[in-house]
Parts: sequence; C-alpha cells; structure tokens
Amino acid sequence: MVPASQLSKDRLTWMYTQMLRIREFEERVKRTFVEHPGVIRGHAHLGDGAEASIVGALATRDDNDPVMPSYRCHGYPLVLGTPARALMAEIYQRRDGVCKGFGGSMHLSDPAHHFPTASGIIGQGIAHAAGVAYAAQVKKTGQVVYSFFGDGSSKQGAFHETLNLAAVWKLPVVFVLENNMYQAYTYYKLEDANAIAGDPLSQKAKAYSIPGVTVDGTDVLKVYEEVGKAVERARAGQGPTLVESVFYRMSPHGNAITVPPVPTQFQEHEAIEVYGNKAEFEAAKKNDPILKFRAKLISNGTLSEADAKKIEDGVRAEMEEVVKFALASPLPTPEDAVKYVYA
Amino acid sequence: MPREMMFAEAIAVAITEEMQRDPSVVFYGQNMAMTDRDPFVRKFGKDRVRITPISETAELGVAVGAAMSGLRPIVELYMAEFMLVAFDEVINEAPRLRYMSGGQVKVPCVFKAGFGFAAGWAGQHSNCTYHAMMGIPGLKVAVPSTSADAMGLMRAAIRDDNPVVYFHHYMLTIDKGPVPEGEHIVPFGVADIKRAGTDVTIVATAWMVKKSLAAAEMLAREGISAEVVDPRTLAPLDVKTIVDSVKKTGRLVLVDQAPRHASAAVVIAGEVADQGFKYLKAPVKMVTALDTSVPYSETLESYVLPSEQKIVDAVKSVLAMQAAAV
Repeated sequence: MVPASQLSKDRLTWMYTQMLRIREFEERVKRTFVEHPGVIRGHAHLGDGAEASIVGALATRDDNDPVMPSYRCHGYPLVLGTPARALMAEIYQRRDGVCKGFGGSMHLSDPAHHFPTASGIIGQGIAHAAGVAYAAQVKKTGQVVYSFFGDGSSKQGAFHETLNLAAVWKLPVVFVLENNMYQAYTYYKLEDANAIAGDPLSQKAKAYSIPGVTVDGTDVLKVYEEVGKAVERARAGQGPTLVESVFYRMSPHGNAITVPPVPTQFQEHEAIEVYGNKAEFEAAKKNDPILKFRAKLISNGTLSEADAKKIEDGVRAEMEEVVKFALASPLPTPEDAVKYVYA
Repeated sequence: MPREMMFAEAIAVAITEEMQRDPSVVFYGQNMAMTDRDPFVRKFGKDRVRITPISETAELGVAVGAAMSGLRPIVELYMAEFMLVAFDEVINEAPRLRYMSGGQVKVPCVFKAGFGFAAGWAGQHSNCTYHAMMGIPGLKVAVPSTSADAMGLMRAAIRDDNPVVYFHHYMLTIDKGPVPEGEHIVPFGVADIKRAGTDVTIVATAWMVKKSLAAAEMLAREGISAEVVDPRTLAPLDVKTIVDSVKKTGRLVLVDQAPRHASAAVVIAGEVADQGFKYLKAPVKMVTALDTSVPYSETLESYVLPSEQKIVDAVKSVLAMQAAAV
C-alpha cells in the first residue's frame, strides 16, 4: 500500500473527483424531490458527509475486492465504476436502472463492479459481507471484503454475531463502522453504551479480541491510512479489523415519510428538526470533508484553483447529464415484475 | 437394486456425494465438525466443513453472502425454530436479493432443519413453521417423507440456484426405506402419489404421510380406497397433481401437523377451492393440530396432534357428505 504521503497527484486528484461525484450525485437526488416530485418513490438515504470516509476506504482496494454497503449505498458504486446514469435511473424507477427498477435507492447492486448487494434491513449486510469473505477464504482468491455500516447497525445482533464469527474464522474482511452521529433519527449518545461512557465505538472490537481503531472520517487521507492497515492485515490472513470512521451525516436520515399523494422531500437535519441543535449542524458544515480536502490539495500545490474549478465543473456537467438520462429512460414493462423471482 | 437406508442416512449420503461432486458445496453449523475425526471434516477439510458459534443470524447471513460469491452453503440448523432467531435472513434477505438486484445475483443455499419433534419437546422445539415460508417468493421449501425423497430432494436442493429451506421431520429420522441406486434426484414441484385410490384424496407431508398411509390401510380394511398424495415440496407446490386426484376421487382430506391457520393445508384448500371446486362431491376436511402450542405431556400432545384415527374419521365424514351444490 502506498503511504498517504506518497500518493501521486493523479491518485489524489482521482480521490477528490470521486468525493465530488458522490456529493453532486446526492445533491441531485435531493433536488429531484423538489424539481421532479414523484420521480423518486419510497425512501432514499444520502451519503453527503461520508465522501472522505467512502473514498479514503475504497482507495485502498485491489481491483477485485468486494464492497458491501448498507442501504445508504449511492456513493460506493460511483467510486467502483458503476455508471452514475444507471444508479440515478434506478433511483428514478427506470428500466435502465442498475437493477432495472426492481431495487431502488436502498437496494442498489452491481456485482460486475464488485458490489454484490445492499440490504435495506439494518445490520444484516454485515453478515452477508462475512459470507463473501468466507467464499474468498475458501476459494483462496486473496480478496478482502469491505463491509460498511452505520453506528446504528453496531447495536444489531447481526453485527455482534458476525464480528465474533469473523474473528473466529479469521475472515478477510474490514468492518468500517461509519459513525455519522445519528441512527435514523436517534442521536448516537442516546443508544450506544460506549458513547455514553465516553468511549469510542471502536471499543466494541475488544469484545471480539480484534483490532479496533477510530479515525477522523472527514479526513480522506487518515481514513486511507487506517483502512489500509486493516486491509493489509486482512489480506495477510490475520483476520478482521473494526474501523470506526467518525463524520457527520449532512442530510437527514432520508426524505420525509409521507403517504401518497402527499409529496415527500428532504427536511431539515434531525439535529435541528428534532434536537434543536443548529450549532452542531453549522459546525459540521464548516468541517465539510470536501472543502477540507480541496484546501489541502491547493495549499500543498497538488491542484491549482483553476484545476479544482475544472474538476468541479466536470462533475456538475456529468451529473446534469445523468439526471437528464435518467429522466428520459423508459419505465419498466409491467409484466417484467414476475421476472427474477427464481434463478 | 434399491438400497435400504435410514432417512437421516439418506440425507447425509446426499450431502456427502454432492460435496464430492461439487467443490463449491460447503457445510457448517453448530455442534458439528468438532474434531478432526468428524467424517465430513476428514473427507472435505476444515475450509468446507465448519463448526459455528451459536449465532443463527451470522450463520444464515454468511450463507447468503457466500452463495452470492460462488459457494453453495448448506447450513445445519438442527431445529426449525432456530431459524426463527434469524428469520430476517430466511424471509427477507435470501429470497429477496436476486429479485431486488433485477436478476443480477443468485443465492444458492440450503437451510437444513429438523421439525415437528413430537417426542416430548414441548412448545418451542416441536413446531411446523413451513407455512411462514411457503408463500415467500424466491424461497423453496422441501418436506420429504421417505428416505428416497429425503435423498433426492437434498440433492435437488443443493443443486438449485435458489435458497431452499429443507425440513426433515424428526419422527422419521430412523425410519428405513428403499433408495434408488446412483444419483437419485427428486425434482422440486412434483408431488408423488404414495398410494393410489379412488374414493378420497388425502394430501399430507412428512410424518403425516406415514400416518395417512396407516389410516389408508385401516380404511382399506373397511373397503374404502384412499389416495395419498405427498406434495414433497410446499414451494413450489404441485397443485395440478392434487387437483387431478380430486377430479378422480371427488373428496379431499388435508392432513397437516401444524395448527389450522398456520398449516399448508389452508393454502392447499384454497387452491382446490379455486381450481377444483367443481370436482368436489363433499366439502374439504382439514385434519390439523389443534390451535394450541405443543404440550409436553404425551397424553396432552397426542390429543393436540393429528392421528390415524382422526384421519380415518375425517375420511368417513367426507364420504358421508354430499356437497350442497356442485
């Protein structure tokens, strides 16, 4: 693994671009609720705020390493190479969607790009990730599996059962606990014993005698370093690591839950809407991982202001095209609904 | 020449031979593969045969993930109720992922569990839970009643590209029966007429097939000819064979060890009402467990569960009745 300090200009530029792509994609999803009401149904969960954590972690991958996110799953396939238009078309219920309109925002899937599935049920995907890792172990593929899940998931039985089993079997998996401060609408210090005791959530690793580390998830290079160590350990056959990546979810849990025909869109963040804590939200906005990385890349000469602007314009143009494509994509054929029940 | 084999042995042989045939088949669960002397460990090694902690969600979730990644896991769950601890994986993960992915992934795995242990295991280890699974699109459910079917359905389950819940009835474990030589496979969705008859159709699964055949024998001594149909898999369900039998006999008795509203019988009754009503000469009769939990004491348990005599009585009652309107 290349140390963070020695990452090439191309690689750093790639990382910045991917972070921007996630942010812009999520912004376009959010805007769709306002600009095109009804185009997105059900519940969509955004990963804005998670960009440094997602990209820092995935920048450590080998080409064939599988990635298993939670239902908050838009960002990962963008980085893995899934065409953004296929992701947006899926979220827009279209035939050209990556799941042909069968999955939607919570259940994206692109095995061709090493993203098998995402479960919409909190925590269950952690066990699936361990299963993917078990297959890698049995088949001796040398793959390491990336399991991403939120702080809420770490209270699920699936998390605890899977960490124990993964430790016992020394599975090649890295568990990235994305502590984004809120389990759905619940502030994490209301429901996490470690947090209440003033301990990091990575403390949970101790129960399974595996390494546990907490990293600033708004610093893409720090995430890269810590996840990188965990990946090397897993690839060497030494088993799983729990990496707690701490950042702030910039959007609320999901679009408001309404009953049709009442339109739905994203409301204020829970910090404000539920807890009346505007200061917390404003502080998080100042600590935006993308702005921080941009400032760093410019200050250390990796990018000029003009370079950065060019990248940003390119990403905006890409996502503009993505939205147009997805809107123009045909709806699925109704009779196709009976396909894919059985293999 | 068919071999004589115990029910449990037929299952073990099927698993062993499928593991020999296909290196992607793996087998794990609690309280198995504990030492290097374990016959499966000796044959297939510790990568493919493993002991797990008592963690059903992890066991089944790992199977789902591994199945999406090219393995064919068989999870030994021992008791059907242990699946309830991890029901999300059974109902809402394994059978959904293929569909939600628009057909991109497949999840070939077998959840193997004993059930219906009517031997004093009381309320939490004696149940029939298949009703909760047989209506889940994407999930298949096997319920063999003979050694031959146990072997053939296990082979089919392992080779199937979908998640399969394989239920073997504990009361049949040591029953012996003939098993055809060679790679005996029983396809899913094909019912078997275990005894041909002309006066009444009895549909039953697993242990209830044995009881229904005993009842049919008692009825035969009184000159009543009962046909016993065993669906063998509840999902997919071979409705056609059942309706064809009803067409022939005009009368239907459904025997099921589950409580009435949690039985496969109610589903079959609905299908026959929908597709075979015009063939019925009498109302459908259901012989199910009473609507209680399974009690511990044998006298109580016997009262609750279907028996040969209850089946005989039900058959006689439908033979005595004419349908009000045909």
